[in-house]
Amino acid sequence: MRTIVAAVLLLAAGGVFAQESKVMLKEGPGKDKAMQCMACHSLDYIHMNSRFLDKAGWTASVNKMINAFSAPIPKEDVEAIASYLAQNYGKPPAK
Amino acid sequence: MENSDRRGVSRRNFLAGVAGAGALATLAPASRALAAQLGSTGVLGLAEIPDGALAEAVMYALPGKVPLIKKTYRPPNFETPVEYFRTPITPNKAFFVRYHLAGIPQPVKAADWSLAVDGDAAGGAAKFTLAQLKKEFKQVELTAVCQCSGNRRGLFEPHVPGVEWGVGAMGNAVWRGVRLKDVLAKVGVKSGALEVVLDGADTAPLAKTPDFVKSLPVDVAMGDDVLIAFEMNGQPLPHWNGFPARLVVPGWTGTYWIKQLAHVRISSTPEKNFWMSTAYRQPRGLFKTPTFASQLYSPNEPITAMVVNSLITSLRTGQKIPRGKPLEVRGVAWDRGNGIAKVEVSADAGSNWTEAKLGRNLGRYSFREFSLVMPTRADGGRVVMARATSGSGETQVESLIHNPAGYHHNVIQRIYVEIV
Repeated sequence: MRTIVAAVLLLAAGGVFAQESKVMLKEGPGKDKAMQCMACHSLDYIHMNSRFLDKAGWTASVNKMINAFSAPIPKEDVEAIASYLAQNYGKPPAK
Repeated sequence: MENSDRRGVSRRNFLAGVAGAGALATLAPASRALAAQLGSTGVLGLAEIPDGALAEAVMYALPGKVPLIKKTYRPPNFETPVEYFRTPITPNKAFFVRYHLAGIPQPVKAADWSLAVDGDAAGGAAKFTLAQLKKEFKQVELTAVCQCSGNRRGLFEPHVPGVEWGVGAMGNAVWRGVRLKDVLAKVGVKSGALEVVLDGADTAPLAKTPDFVKSLPVDVAMGDDVLIAFEMNGQPLPHWNGFPARLVVPGWTGTYWIKQLAHVRISSTPEKNFWMSTAYRQPRGLFKTPTFASQLYSPNEPITAMVVNSLITSLRTGQKIPRGKPLEVRGVAWDRGNGIAKVEVSADAGSNWTEAKLGRNLGRYSFREFSLVMPTRADGGRVVMARATSGSGETQVESLIHNPAGYHHNVIQRIYVEIV
C-alpha cells in the first residue's frame, strides 16, 4: 500500500522528478522499510548523507523525520531502518 | 579541519589532485573521472564533501535552467557550478535552487497570484495583486547575494547531516521590487509589532509536517533594503527562484528570502514553529552576527546574517601553470552589507599577503570581484589563499568554527598549484 502511495506521489510530481526513480538503495535487510522515506523526499537524501553517520546518528535522523516532520513511520520500524542505513550508508568501522 | 603541514600543503587536497589527474590519464573512462570531480570542494582547496554526496552528484537541468549540480531531486536542491561565479552577477538560469518541502508550487500565472497582509499587530488586512504592488508602491532595485544558510555544509569535518552543499548554494543578482516596509505601512503596523511572519506557497506532502514559515524582527522587516522582488537581473523571477514574487533580505541568509511569497503576518508574539524554534539555529554567541532578540528562548539563537567570505574561481588544486605564465588569482568576495574593504592573496601558504585589486563596487550587499596577477619565476608547488575583510574589520577564518547545523563556513581556501 505504501509503495502505491509513493508511486502516486511520484507521478503527481511530474516528469522532472521521474529522474529520481534512478536513485536506488542498496539491497539488504530493512531496505523495504527504508523505502518509506520516499513518502516525503527522494532517496538521494540518504546517499548524500553518507558515509559519516553511525547507527546512533541514523537513528536520530529517522526519529527527527517522525517527531519533527510527522513521517508516518511506525515506531517499531525505526530500529530496522536505522540498522539498514548504518549498515549500508553509515560511517565505515574504524580500522 | 584541514590536515595541513606547516608549508600548508593539504595532504587531502594534494592527494585528490594527484588521484584525479591519474584517473584522467590512465584507465578510468573519462566520463567516470569527470563524474568523480563534479561538485568536489577538495579541488577548490577546501575540505571535501561527504563521499556519498560526491558520488550522487550529477548535472541535471530543471525546466528553464541550465544543468546544475543535483544534490536532491525531491524537494529540488541544485547547486550552481563554480564557473558561474567568474562574473559578479549570477545568471538566472544558473542560480541555485533550494526547497525544504516536496510540495513545491506548480507554476502560476502572475495574474493569479496575490499577497495577503494581516496579523494581530497589523492595522487591518489587505490583499495585493502583482499589478497593484507594481503600481501602488515605489519600485526599488538593488544588487544582493542570496546565500543558503547551509552553503558549504558539506565541508564540515566532522560532517553534519543536512543538504551537503559545496560552495554553490549562493548567487548574486539585481533584484527589483517594492519595499516590504511600504506594503506593511499601507496596512498599518501597530506599536506592539514584534515580528513579521512570512509564508510562501510551498507545502509539505504530509499535512502534519510543519509548513515552511519564517519570521523577521520587525525592525529588520521595516528596513529600506528589504524587498518584495518580482524581477531578477531584469527578468521575471524563474519559477525555481520564487516566481512571481519573493522576499529579498539583503545581508541575511537565504532562509528568510521566502519564495512564492503568499502571506505576510505582522505579529505581536514570537513565531515558534519548527523552522524558527528548532531549525536554522546556532549556538548562542558563537558568531558575531546580528542577534534576533525576540527569538532568544533557548540555548541557541536563529542564524541571521552572513559572515564575510570569498571564493577563488580561477584555480583548482593540482593545476599546472607553465613557468613564466602569470598566476592569476581571481574570485568574488561578499559579506552581510558592511562591504568588502580588502581581499588579500597569498601564494606561499600564508607567509606573505598582497592586496588584490577590487572590481567595480555594485553595492554593499553584492559580490565584489577581486584579482591579483603574480609572476611565476621558479618551478615548484604553491599554496594559494585569498582572505576577505569586510568594512567592519571582520575577516575569514583559518580553521572552521564547527556548529551542529553546519552554518557560516568561511574557512580560507588553500589551493595547491604547480609551476612547471
